[in-house]
Amino acid sequence: MSAGVGVDLQNMWIKFGDFVAVREANVNIKGGEFFSFLGPSGCGKTTILRAVSGFLDPSDGKILIGGNDMAGKGPNERPTALIFQNLALFPLMKIWENITFSMEVKGAGKAERQKRADELLEMIALPGQGDKLPSELSGGQKQRVAIARALCAQPDVLLLDEPLSALDLKLRQHMRTELRAIQKQVGITFIYITHDQGEALTMSDSVAVMKAGVIDQIAGGKAIYDDPSTAFVASFVGENNVFRGKVKSISKGYAVIDTNRTGALRARMATAVKDTLKPGDDAMMFIRPEALNISDKKARSDTRIKAVVQHSEFEGQAYNVFLKGSEDKEMKMSLANRGETRLYDAGLPLILDYDADRAVALPAGELASE
Amino acid sequence: MKTESTLIRVGLAIYLLMFFTYLLGPLILMGITAFNSASFPQVTPWEVLTFEWFHVLFNDKRILNGLKNSFIVGFFTVILSVAIGLAGALMLTQIWPRIRATYYTIIIAPILIPGVVLGISTLVFWDRINVMLGFSDDSFLHNGIFLTVLGHSTFISSYCMLVFVARLQRYDVGLTEAALDLGATHVQAFRKIQLPFLMPAVGSAAVLAFLASFENYNTTTFTFQKYPTLTIELAQKVRYGINPSISALAFIIVCLTVFFALVHEVRTRRAQLAIANGAPVGAVKGGFEMPKFFAGNPAAAVLALFIAGAVATIAISQVYDPEPAKAILLKEKRAEQKKRIEALQERLRAKRLQKQFKGPDIFGSGQSKVPQPPSKTPFGNVFDPGNLGGTDPNAKPKDAKTPESPGKGTFGDVFNPGSLETTTGTGDDKQ
Ligand SMILES: Nc1ncnc2c1ncn2[C@@H]1O[C@H](COP(=O)(O)OP(=O)(O)OP(=O)(O)O)[C@@H](O)[C@H]1O
Ligand SMILES: [Mg+2]
Repeated sequence: MSAGVGVDLQNMWIKFGDFVAVREANVNIKGGEFFSFLGPSGCGKTTILRAVSGFLDPSDGKILIGGNDMAGKGPNERPTALIFQNLALFPLMKIWENITFSMEVKGAGKAERQKRADELLEMIALPGQGDKLPSELSGGQKQRVAIARALCAQPDVLLLDEPLSALDLKLRQHMRTELRAIQKQVGITFIYITHDQGEALTMSDSVAVMKAGVIDQIAGGKAIYDDPSTAFVASFVGENNVFRGKVKSISKGYAVIDTNRTGALRARMATAVKDTLKPGDDAMMFIRPEALNISDKKARSDTRIKAVVQHSEFEGQAYNVFLKGSEDKEMKMSLANRGETRLYDAGLPLILDYDADRAVALPAGELASE
Repeated sequence: MKTESTLIRVGLAIYLLMFFTYLLGPLILMGITAFNSASFPQVTPWEVLTFEWFHVLFNDKRILNGLKNSFIVGFFTVILSVAIGLAGALMLTQIWPRIRATYYTIIIAPILIPGVVLGISTLVFWDRINVMLGFSDDSFLHNGIFLTVLGHSTFISSYCMLVFVARLQRYDVGLTEAALDLGATHVQAFRKIQLPFLMPAVGSAAVLAFLASFENYNTTTFTFQKYPTLTIELAQKVRYGINPSISALAFIIVCLTVFFALVHEVRTRRAQLAIANGAPVGAVKGGFEMPKFFAGNPAAAVLALFIAGAVATIAISQVYDPEPAKAILLKEKRAEQKKRIEALQERLRAKRLQKQFKGPDIFGSGQSKVPQPPSKTPFGNVFDPGNLGGTDPNAKPKDAKTPESPGKGTFGDVFNPGSLETTTGTGDDKQ
């Protein structure tokens, strides 16, 4: 319907008994936005979505949709439609009946429903397939039927719970662009859940990264990738080389970190911790593989790392070089393929450097892979 | 190796044969007795093929009345039990997880309680209620149908609940949630999504409930009042001696059971076959095509044979008249009786002769024409040591005397009180 029904989570807690599934979530989702929740399995993404659609009540805090408090409203009274993790198409109903179920329960006539079903089938590129049963469709087709069924209810907010996780890679990539196109077309708010960071970054206007019930960061895709606010976000989204150590000195938004094995290294302080990181704190420094280069020898000494090639692999658009620094510190460097025939044989000693703006200093914290 | 595997296979075959004989033997035997004209259900001696017991059955007012009552009780029990069972099963999925186990135990308990107890308690309970409400003795609370339906439903609804629980375990609650999310009310979600999914279970539960009600005896005995069901009638009949019309009833019931089992089998096989052939699920519900119906479906062939057999049997019963054969049998019986009497008379004569010519064998060659006296042991004289010597042409007709020795029963003298005394006596002496 109207582009512009936002969703607000205000200080929302969700507990199952003593277990806290969601801790103090504060999220402001603007109307018409494509908003993603990104996080590892079991971090509480589905739980948040179920609270928004009305299947469970927050233990504390508020949920506002379009500015209206949703407390006490059941799922059938909310302007939301949920696309379930397993799609939940009605197995005994034909496709067109599935799609127009929301009209049927409101008492719409058969002719009207069939007309609407045809329109929607056209939109999801399945014209003339309305008389099949869900079991007769492929995974991607079911996917699109689930989207059409949700859209048929004309929700203000569409909630999608990892709808692409069951699809193979090619289809998933195709559905990503298709979903984004549909969202642009209908202009309603999409809240999308995924544990695939590529999916979140490519599709979303904003991403919330979650860890064990806590939202660590809410920002646009680029900010999440380049300017993470916690060690968890830095390690969960994309690949990163991690250097642990202590803050040695701070000046003009940069920190020099005395790393445990690689000596003093300089890095930009993440925006979120600019004012809180102090000399002497336990800290971590993150450098993306693609931010590492082979040194041109002009680099400052505090952005230089010595390392020996262990092995390398050719990935098409890039070479991945796996290295060992001092005291066996493992690193990964990714070099763009510019057509040269370079070979990084095992045992080749290299001096690497990096742009201190592309390295991020953060307080020490839990990493995603731990 | 090879001989070993054949040995195993033969052993298995024998085992299976025994197993199925044990399972089905009584049913088959009973079915056969329905067609024997003998007035007691028996296979041997076979007298004459007859369908008269079916006539007797269909003219038996009490059996027919019992059948009618059974159907009425079954019908209401099905409705009540399926409804209660469904409600109980749905409750199980909704209830607070912590008391789920307890709830399950409580609701399953009626299955574990003996039917007799259920019968008595039903009777007593509604009698008390009747008294409390101040109704007269012939109010509906004392009605046999009412009490029997309630008595049956107490435990049959638990069976139904188990059926529904099994089906509900495969139900994706997400489907109900999806319906709610799309704006359906709870009632709509149940009626349009969950109930259609449960429909097959409703069918199975109904069949189960009907069969359980139909065959119930021990609860019904206490509740039937003026409305005896079929099982009650059968039991009362057996008390006054039975005739093969009961076998005829059993035969009909077995045939109906086999028929419905076959129909069910044919349908499931057809669906499986269609799916295995990659047909879309929708096509399985399609029309009825003869060649396709039989293709690769042995159950369908058996069903067709079965129906053909039933039709043939009914046709034969219409034209077949056992009376001439019966008359012949009667004649034969009379002739046999006559023969027996003659044989007896001859024997008596021979005995008399023997007494006169004691000792020497007047017929010489030893091929005694003296008829043998009836032996007193059930095995004839096979165990007589004298017989072990083979047929000696010169042997004297010893056997003529043997039966006369007293106390030579089946078990020798073991049960002779006198011999018992002597044995124990010697035992005492030795101690
Ligand atoms: N009904 C419930 N009762 C108790 N605990 C629950 C319940 N539902 C979810 N949880 C717990 O809450 C946590 C978050 O679950 P949730 O389903 O939101 O995870 P998720 O982020 O969606 O994970 P996934 O990516 O695997 O789907 C999990 O640890 C889970 O065990
Ligand atoms: Mg989930």
